[in-house]
Amino acid sequence: MYLLRLALASLNNRRFTAVLTVFAIALSVCLLLAVERVRSETRASFASTISGTDLIVGARSGSVNLLLYSVFRIGNATNNIRWESFEHFANHPRTSWAIPISLGDSHRGYRVMGTSQAYFEHYRYGRKQALRLAEGRPFGEDIFEVVLGAEVAKALNYTLDDQLVLAHGVATVSLVRHDDKPFRVTGILQRTGTPVDRTLHISLAGMEALHIDWQHGMPARGAARIDAEQARQLDLQPKQITAFLLGLDSRIATFTLQREINQHAGEPLLAVLPGVALQELWSLMGTAEKALFVVSLFVVFTGLIGMLTAILTSLAERRREMAILRSVGARPWHIAGLLVAEAFCLALAGVLFGLLLLYLAIAVAQSPMQSHYGLYLPLAWPSTYEWSLLGGILLAGLLMGAVPAWRAYRQSLADGLSIRS
Amino acid sequence: MTTLLELDEIGFAWPDQAELLDIPAFALERNQSLFLKGPSGSGKTTLLGLIGGVHKAQRGSVRLLGQELGTLSAGARDRFRVDHSGYIFQQFNLLPFLSVRENVSLPCRFSRLRSKRACQRHGSVSHAAAQLLEHLGLAASLHERRADTLSIGQQQRVAAARALIGQPELVIADEPTSALDADSREAFLQLLFAECRAAGSSLLFVSHDQSLAPLFDRSLSLAELNRATRAAEI
Repeated sequence: MYLLRLALASLNNRRFTAVLTVFAIALSVCLLLAVERVRSETRASFASTISGTDLIVGARSGSVNLLLYSVFRIGNATNNIRWESFEHFANHPRTSWAIPISLGDSHRGYRVMGTSQAYFEHYRYGRKQALRLAEGRPFGEDIFEVVLGAEVAKALNYTLDDQLVLAHGVATVSLVRHDDKPFRVTGILQRTGTPVDRTLHISLAGMEALHIDWQHGMPARGAARIDAEQARQLDLQPKQITAFLLGLDSRIATFTLQREINQHAGEPLLAVLPGVALQELWSLMGTAEKALFVVSLFVVFTGLIGMLTAILTSLAERRREMAILRSVGARPWHIAGLLVAEAFCLALAGVLFGLLLLYLAIAVAQSPMQSHYGLYLPLAWPSTYEWSLLGGILLAGLLMGAVPAWRAYRQSLADGLSIRS
Repeated sequence: MTTLLELDEIGFAWPDQAELLDIPAFALERNQSLFLKGPSGSGKTTLLGLIGGVHKAQRGSVRLLGQELGTLSAGARDRFRVDHSGYIFQQFNLLPFLSVRENVSLPCRFSRLRSKRACQRHGSVSHAAAQLLEHLGLAASLHERRADTLSIGQQQRVAAARALIGQPELVIADEPTSALDADSREAFLQLLFAECRAAGSSLLFVSHDQSLAPLFDRSLSLAELNRATRAAEI
């Protein structure tokens, strides 16, 4: 115990270097924990991009592909599915709700999704959060109405009642525009931090109306054209959609219904469990976050090396201190213990200060992070895993302390009590 | 008078060097003050290292209080040294970051025996330190100051108090006065003698300054003791 007090007093005597060393360790600890926290929260928020949905159904392809286009609005469906198939499963006795999804158009790089009122009622993300409108109302009164995701509205500067024209296809350039049938903004959704923010939502009827006069993937010309007013009078029941989401009355029914869908006689369909598909997708993206983690581990290592350098450099000028201690009865292992204690104190102070920095940073960044990236960083106590990381850093600090301890041990044996020079 | 310290047929050489010390006999009695004259480079620091048990002689024996140092383990020698001897060095004797009183108390932190003796005589280690400091002319107002805020002369008196705390049988002083001027040198020595007597400690005083020799009970020259230097001179 007395050694610890001596170590602290000696450190206090060199407080400028000590503070710098502690600061370097603290920064690296803060970085490591921040990366770790963002990493685990990203994973959690990724996993909660969609929630409450029991099955995602689309044309038969791969489960990751289906997840990507139906939930993340990335890539395209290989095929559409028939409206009859949707109706069949939407009216299934075990189904409590069904959301149709029809994709294929875009607006200035943002995807357009045709869907029904059920989307606003039943779609859930995050911790079973429902979609909420920041302004306006869902589409429904007229067929040419659009509800914008938060990011679309903000990036393109749209407000309620603005008119906008959708484009056919999802490429970013030279698209055929549906300029004969403009849409009016009736609602803007609150930010969710999910791909919903980057989506324009229209009704299935609106989607159908856009393409009613199209033939062979081309817009009709001349007399065959049907304008918006005419379209309103027509039967706009869609014949095909891209995918649909199902909510069941009980979780147990999921596997039975999944099998039923996959074996559907009408057309080849694929039903996936969102959780399973998300896991599969995450395992593909996990490498980047691992790399980030490894980099921050190295930063911690660098911080500890800095401490080692500082202590080793101080040894030469502290030979006298060691010799005085020897002359008043300190054994060589006391001298070694003093340096280990010093390294431990520095590492401990670094870890504590690093934690403090982390919590300060989280407190400051919490709300901007949530609104911009949909990432909620809780101001919670360190998890078991984080504690074990911190423990590891302290242990590494102790081990590093063994290096100057060993040198001082040898030095004090050789110097003895002579403190000339 | 009984013998406190006894050296017998000591031989010591640093690795790969000629023999530095070759002392057939040397003894220090209890309660005696001994002046040992030795110019720098004569091996006096090495000799003090041998007496302190920091170095080990290649041959011969060092006996302190009848205990043969060579038979003890390194750790036991360290413990034995601090239990029975106190050191004062040339200068920069103190840990600058500790207070004056803490510096004086240091030996009691590492030696249970000296801590016990200090408590027996003064009630507590810190009280013992305060008493010694005051006897050596350092007012109580200085006791809590950082050691490096004191003048050199004051620092040497703090070092003396540290060597004396817990009444070790032997006080070893290695040129403690070389940084002091002539007047304070003698004043310092008188204080040191008085306190050594009060503590019942023998004083082994090593210096190159022959003018101090008459103040001591006995005076010896290391050059005469050491056959290795005599051989080199011839």
